[in-house]
Amino acid sequence: MSVLVEDKPGVLARVAGLFARRGFNVESLAVGPTEIPEVSRMTIVVNLEDQPLAQVIQQLDKLIDVIAIEELSVQAGIERELILVKIQVKERDRTALKQSINPNICRVVDESDSMLTIEAAATPFEIKQLLSRLSEFGVAELVQSGVVAIGRGPAALNEKLRTGAEN
Amino acid sequence: MTEKLTGAQVLIRSLEQAQAEVVFGIPGGAILPAYDPLMDSSKLRHILVRHEQAAGHAASGYAWASGRVGVCMATSGPGATNLVTPLADAHMDSIPVVAITGQVPSPAIGTDAFQEADIRGITFPITKHNYLVTDPHEIPRAVAEAFYIASTGRPGPVLVDISKDALQAETTWWWPTEIKLRGYRPHRSASDQAVADAVELILSAKKPVLYVGGGIIKASATNELLEMANLTGIPVVTTLMARGAVPDSHPSHLGMPGMHGTVAAVGALQQSDLLIALGARFDDRVTGKLSTFAPNAKVIHLDIDPAEIGKNRAADVALVGDAKQTISRLNAEFSKQLKNGRTIDQAAWWQSLNRLRDTYPLGYDDPHDGSLSPQYVIQRLGELAGPDAIYTAGVGQHQMWAAQFIKYERPNTWLNSGGLGTMGYAVPAAMGAKVAKPNNPVWAIDGDGCFQMTNQELATCTINEIPIKVAVINNNSLGMVRQWQTLFYNERYSQTDLHSHSFPDFVKLAEAYGAYGLRCDSAEQVDGTIEKAMAMDDAPVVIDFMVHQDAMVWPMVAAGTSNSDIKVARDMAPVWDRED
Ligand SMILES: Cc1ncc(C[n+]2csc(CCOP(=O)(O)OP(=O)(O)O)c2C)c(N)n1
Repeated sequence: MSVLVEDKPGVLARVAGLFARRGFNVESLAVGPTEIPEVSRMTIVVNLEDQPLAQVIQQLDKLIDVIAIEELSVQAGIERELILVKIQVKERDRTALKQSINPNICRVVDESDSMLTIEAAATPFEIKQLLSRLSEFGVAELVQSGVVAIGRGPAALNEKLRTGAEN
Repeated sequence: MTEKLTGAQVLIRSLEQAQAEVVFGIPGGAILPAYDPLMDSSKLRHILVRHEQAAGHAASGYAWASGRVGVCMATSGPGATNLVTPLADAHMDSIPVVAITGQVPSPAIGTDAFQEADIRGITFPITKHNYLVTDPHEIPRAVAEAFYIASTGRPGPVLVDISKDALQAETTWWWPTEIKLRGYRPHRSASDQAVADAVELILSAKKPVLYVGGGIIKASATNELLEMANLTGIPVVTTLMARGAVPDSHPSHLGMPGMHGTVAAVGALQQSDLLIALGARFDDRVTGKLSTFAPNAKVIHLDIDPAEIGKNRAADVALVGDAKQTISRLNAEFSKQLKNGRTIDQAAWWQSLNRLRDTYPLGYDDPHDGSLSPQYVIQRLGELAGPDAIYTAGVGQHQMWAAQFIKYERPNTWLNSGGLGTMGYAVPAAMGAKVAKPNNPVWAIDGDGCFQMTNQELATCTINEIPIKVAVINNNSLGMVRQWQTLFYNERYSQTDLHSHSFPDFVKLAEAYGAYGLRCDSAEQVDGTIEKAMAMDDAPVVIDFMVHQDAMVWPMVAAGTSNSDIKVARDMAPVWDRED
């Protein structure tokens, strides 16, 4: 889900609190500024095992500071996750490791005698695959962002905001 | 030159501008700046209560009885936390209340300063919205938005927390001419298609029921509802929050559904093939075990809050919109279809419901030992005080009996804590209602347990000339809990004996507060005592009705069980129709 919210203190707490008390399961959450001043965007990945999405969206929409919500399925959206990962690597494995990673999504951003730090930005699926490959070499440290997503095609979520349309 | 005002002066002017007339509250350090200009306001009447919880419930009672926004005020820390219960209560029951609280000075926020509590954080889950204001210039906007949000859409409580320095600082006066909240769209309207679909379902139903909830009263849609009931002839049930939405004397009215509903109302919902839910939310106290609730019914669900649709029960047709408007549209469409020659035949349905209604009327047995029956007291009170009185209740057996045995003929005459079930609601809510409607008699029907949670407000009532009447249904115990112990805990009465036939002496207590105190312990005295109380209008009255302790509320659907397993008395199940 992509959610446009007022960039006001306490908004993250309102959203997080709602998810917690309604028993909605959040898999990841990413927040950042948008093209519109005073509006932030949250990308929230929810696990819908227990709750229908409509109920999650309607409850979220009741928060006064939530301006617009868009449901993005894997097909309808472009998703990206970012990771930074430190790999403890022996000299003889170094070349093999560098060769095994896909240069379209990964690059080496830091390198020392015993360590390689790799950055990757890709779909959650690709990141998962990459991580399983990297685990064979030994992951010393991993940091992973929440998923961010944007809809495909010409429509922009902020149009809802301008027209004040219902979602 | 623009006039310089303090934030506190701006706050008071903002409340006046928002059309507030009455504020229930208690001052203290952080809110003190606001109390100074309040003293000079000729438009605001402040009523000094004895506990902030009462300020909140009084604001609720005022709001419910008047249709306006209720206002309460408290200081930071403990003053604000004392508002938590009434705010949660108003949130559950969708009552428009604005709470103004003082906060410690903004540089001290987050330092565990004296009397600091993060009341905005605490009340996130129990308010419709809330504000922390630290800039005096923002006070008018926050107040204007708070009143707007509280009273529009699905109503609810809004808290405005203002730091002491913002109240003390100088600023200039302004008032927003327009409310701009891009994330808030309270005005919604069902599509023509949905209205037509709903009418189609109604026309093809064999066993429809109008399941009426509190939203109908909030939307002032009772005339439209009555028209619908008359036009369609469909049986009506009114939930605990909707008593009075349709007159109890109306021939299509089957009474209250739910845990302590009538057999006819519970049975109607259970056997229905179409529930027309109007401003109702499929609360567990109505549905019983949800998976077995009305198993053969399709659902038309009308609510102003889209999140209610499908929350507990899936809807076949969703009507999101204002109830008054939407029911009018349903009526128009229905009439059109009748003109087109469509008909609705419910003769068989009514026959089976009439059998339930005739076989299982509400009733009670008099206590064997000749002591006073609580149901009799409440029934007589309803008959003598009549449908013009406003009734409030606490929570417990007396509340259920008041919902069952008083005949409500008008909306907004039955005020109670439905969603949260807050003991102590009755007296402060009655106080608020009496302030809103000084010409109507206001009766608080209270339990001896509940009464002891908020009876300090009798002092407020005496001093401020708010002559409420309190009927304490004194059964010596926490009756509803005792009833559960009788039924489900082998009559082991753990911690439910209040000894309130002995202590306190409610008559003396009333007198200590400057109220009249009357006592009644026999059926013969009931009418005379009530009539005496009705004639006492220069001070509050408390009647201590000493009633039997073992009376139970029937019918009952035990918690977590199916509505079909309703009992009309202990171990006594109704006989449903064979063909059902
Ligand atoms: C604040 C609060 N505490 C506890 C309860 C649980 N409770 C529900 S009914 C009840 C008993 C109420 O006793 P009383 O006021 O004497 O009314 P009765 O049931 O006897 O009519 C209790 C303790 C509650 N609803 N609210």
